[in-house]
Amino acid sequence: MSVPVRSELQRVTLTVNGAAQELEVEPRWLLSDVLRHQLGLTGTHVGCEHGVCGCCTILAGGRPARSCLMFALQAEGLEIQTVEGLASADGTLHPLQEAFRRHHGLQCGFCTPGFLMAALPFYRTAEGMSDQELREALAGQLCRCTGYAGILQAVRTASSIARERGQA
Amino acid sequence: MTTKLFGERVERREDGRLLTGAGRFTDDLAHDAAQAAFVRSDFAHARICDIDVSGALDVAGVLGVYTYDDLQGGFAERLPLLIPHRDLKSPRTQYALARNEVCYAGEVVAMVVARDRYIAEDAAQAIRIEYEPLPVVVDLEQAVAVGSPLTHSDAADNVAAHVSEMKGDVDGVLGSAPHVFKWRFRPERSASMPMEGRAVFARYDSGQDTIEVYDSTQAPTGIRAGLAELFELDWDRVHVIAPDVGGGFGVKVMQFYPEEVLVPWASRQLGMPVKWTEDRREHFIGSNQERGQIHDVRVGVDAEGRILTLDVRFLHDTGAYCPYGLIVPIITAAQLPGPYRLANYRYSFWSVFTNTVPVSPYRGAGRPQAVFVMERVIERVAHELGLDSLEVRRRNFIQPDQFPYDVGVSWQDGGPTVYDSGDYPGGFQLLLDSLGLDGARQQQAEARAEGRLVGLGVGCYVEGTGIGPYEGATIAILPDGTVSAATGLSTQGQGHETIFAQIVADELGVPLERISVTTGDTRRIGFGVGTFASRSAVVAGHAMLRAARSLREQTAKLASTTLEVAVEDLVFEAGAVHVRGVPEKSVPLGRLTLVSNPLRYAYGRDARFAAELAQRAYAKADRPLPEGSRPGLSALEYYSPAAGVFGFGMHAALVEVDRRTCNLKILRYVIVHDCGRIINPLIVDGQVLGGLAQGIGGAFYERIHYSPEGQIQNASFMDFLIPYATEIPPVELHHLETPSPRNELGVKGVGEAGTIPVPAVIANGLSDALGVPIDHVPLSPEELFQILHREPA
Ligand code: FES
Ligand code: FES
Repeated sequence: MSVPVRSELQRVTLTVNGAAQELEVEPRWLLSDVLRHQLGLTGTHVGCEHGVCGCCTILAGGRPARSCLMFALQAEGLEIQTVEGLASADGTLHPLQEAFRRHHGLQCGFCTPGFLMAALPFYRTAEGMSDQELREALAGQLCRCTGYAGILQAVRTASSIARERGQA
Repeated sequence: MTTKLFGERVERREDGRLLTGAGRFTDDLAHDAAQAAFVRSDFAHARICDIDVSGALDVAGVLGVYTYDDLQGGFAERLPLLIPHRDLKSPRTQYALARNEVCYAGEVVAMVVARDRYIAEDAAQAIRIEYEPLPVVVDLEQAVAVGSPLTHSDAADNVAAHVSEMKGDVDGVLGSAPHVFKWRFRPERSASMPMEGRAVFARYDSGQDTIEVYDSTQAPTGIRAGLAELFELDWDRVHVIAPDVGGGFGVKVMQFYPEEVLVPWASRQLGMPVKWTEDRREHFIGSNQERGQIHDVRVGVDAEGRILTLDVRFLHDTGAYCPYGLIVPIITAAQLPGPYRLANYRYSFWSVFTNTVPVSPYRGAGRPQAVFVMERVIERVAHELGLDSLEVRRRNFIQPDQFPYDVGVSWQDGGPTVYDSGDYPGGFQLLLDSLGLDGARQQQAEARAEGRLVGLGVGCYVEGTGIGPYEGATIAILPDGTVSAATGLSTQGQGHETIFAQIVADELGVPLERISVTTGDTRRIGFGVGTFASRSAVVAGHAMLRAARSLREQTAKLASTTLEVAVEDLVFEAGAVHVRGVPEKSVPLGRLTLVSNPLRYAYGRDARFAAELAQRAYAKADRPLPEGSRPGLSALEYYSPAAGVFGFGMHAALVEVDRRTCNLKILRYVIVHDCGRIINPLIVDGQVLGGLAQGIGGAFYERIHYSPEGQIQNASFMDFLIPYATEIPPVELHHLETPSPRNELGVKGVGEAGTIPVPAVIANGLSDALGVPIDHVPLSPEELFQILHREPA
């Protein structure tokens, strides 16, 4: 049995939460690992590393993606968004985050960043969804703590928080 | 007036950081630490003939490769038996690194430390281990049969312990009962599966000879005490911190998992920080599981369905080792009678080794099995006698005037099992009213008329919670007026930072935002027990109450001198001490902290203010710090409950089996739940609903499937199916609040409650829908298919 050979470092430019950063990665490094351990963006969590739990969900080019199923090199040229980019610079929570807090949409919080990123592209339309539609829209994300009730309520009502704020 | 926060639906204090990605889980720390990877046995049972690590040592970036032979002293001994028991005649725990025999697939054989995890795994793959396979036993019945393969090759048999207890005269009553039935029930193996696996990060400091360990554990104080002993270091030199922990549900209560010993050990060996984060496959094969039992029941009843006697013999699968002693089967045995009066009850259990992942409590800890058995017995008795099973339950309930009620067998703490309070018939009625029994039955009848398979399932349980031995709390008022509280047990999402702050806020009259609560950090408080057995709110909650009260007394004494009024005239409100009826006379709590501390070198505006007050406070004293006083305002108190407290609940579900897919559909789910007085309804609801989801998984989806060779066949989330939101129904949740007379706040635990009756409820519903007895869980569409095609529908 031959010893696996470590691959060479390669240069890559990642655009994460609006900022472009140049770094060196091995081709086999997962995007989730690079986000967490190279860039220190530890809000993206890893629950299974095989694409089922959704804890590692980020937005890549505006669409939810499993960062544990992508190599960092594949993210070149894509606009990456992580949970760290959700709240405003002054610390004001995004309406989705605020809704999760109000409706107890999190317990341990490990799955939470994945849910937030998965819901981000569609939460504005969630109010009009049936219970079943909303459940299906979130059926790529596992939560072991909440039983989903608070999460569903949070996603459903987040846009009303956005409206509240707009009127304030 | 400050409104009381106890009982309020307060939003959680911990959410801010967790929502913004600023939480700190163990793997979020120390990105530059060396990383460990483990080589785990491929065989369920084998002798280790040879280990060749040379290939691993050749991998660039490898820092250390270790096998059993590298361990010395306590590290080379078997890991501790956490909870010994007099009947545990043949206990067995594993070595941190397997010595010469592996007894389950997944047992740790070698450790690699490297510059990063990728390299560590490369190297782990390059380690060659030569095994001589040994006979394997997985099946519980086979394990106790004569001539069975042995889980441990040097053992006489596979029985770790046999325990039996009896209340009343079981044999006599079985002999005279009008009806006697015999049934067998088989709850199968499942697992906690928190979204975050286990993780350990250790930092040994050779200069100071200290070690600091971050551990995704439910019980850091025990890990600390244990590590101090292994390292032969003073407690002061060893600290264990459970930072944010991504769920536990029981699997993270151990002392120790091998990695919890090895990672700190490697950190000292190498003189550098070392981290290990479990991946999901490792979690499946290397983290404890639970639930597997086989029950043989004999029940004696009268013609009205009153249970005259119950005789239960069961096998409990403890896996390859029994680090947690006999706690799980003892709980099963003690909680099996549930809310029902059993004048004559006997249990006998055998805790049995098999070549599978070791067993320790998983949310519910033996109770889901107990409730499954009892509730299936009730249903089958009713069926045999042609009675309404709801009525059979009513006839057997312990009545509200029968408390305290002695079950008649031992509790997990060794004392008697004595229920403190409850109202089972009342809860049951509320359940049926909330369900709208007649409506539900009509819905069922209409569905059946259309050829649909719809059934109604009900299940009731009692849950012993809030056990000792104790927890502690330390609380200090800081000079800026904020309050800092800490308790030794750790948090995995239960909202402790919020509920403990609520208790402290009420006692000290401090706004919630000004209170911070730290859990699971031995640097703050070294004594404590852990988060399990639904005990935190009860035990640590009262420790907080006591510490806050003692701090209040201390503060009042100082304020009374400072403000020159009697203690009785002081009011604690809005973060200050006020004189009743004299609004302008008050002093903020932070100032009192300054006052208590006669400084030589004052600094800051507050300090100058304090200096004036201090003169007044200690004016009559003969020295700057009078005898009996100490600088700062802080208190440390402990609470040790004399006995556990018993919550209860009952669930009802209307379920349907899809004829085409044989999938389970839950049409309605109603819960009535009583955990005594509720500290925070938001959090209690969350606990119950989260527990329910886990229960549904345990009823229908989550079975750890072993091959006869001892290999888990579904060790991934692709195959072990945790419910998504699509599998969980909307829930109607109702609370009763029967206060516990055993503690001041009247609270009982809630953490496990939601999970406990669910397998019973779903099984009862499916049994009703299909018209066949269902005697094991978890079920699956495949099994329903077989049932449907066996029975002409
Ligand atoms: S960690 Fe990526 S899906 Fe689970
Ligand atoms: S909040 Fe813990 S996994 Fe979802």
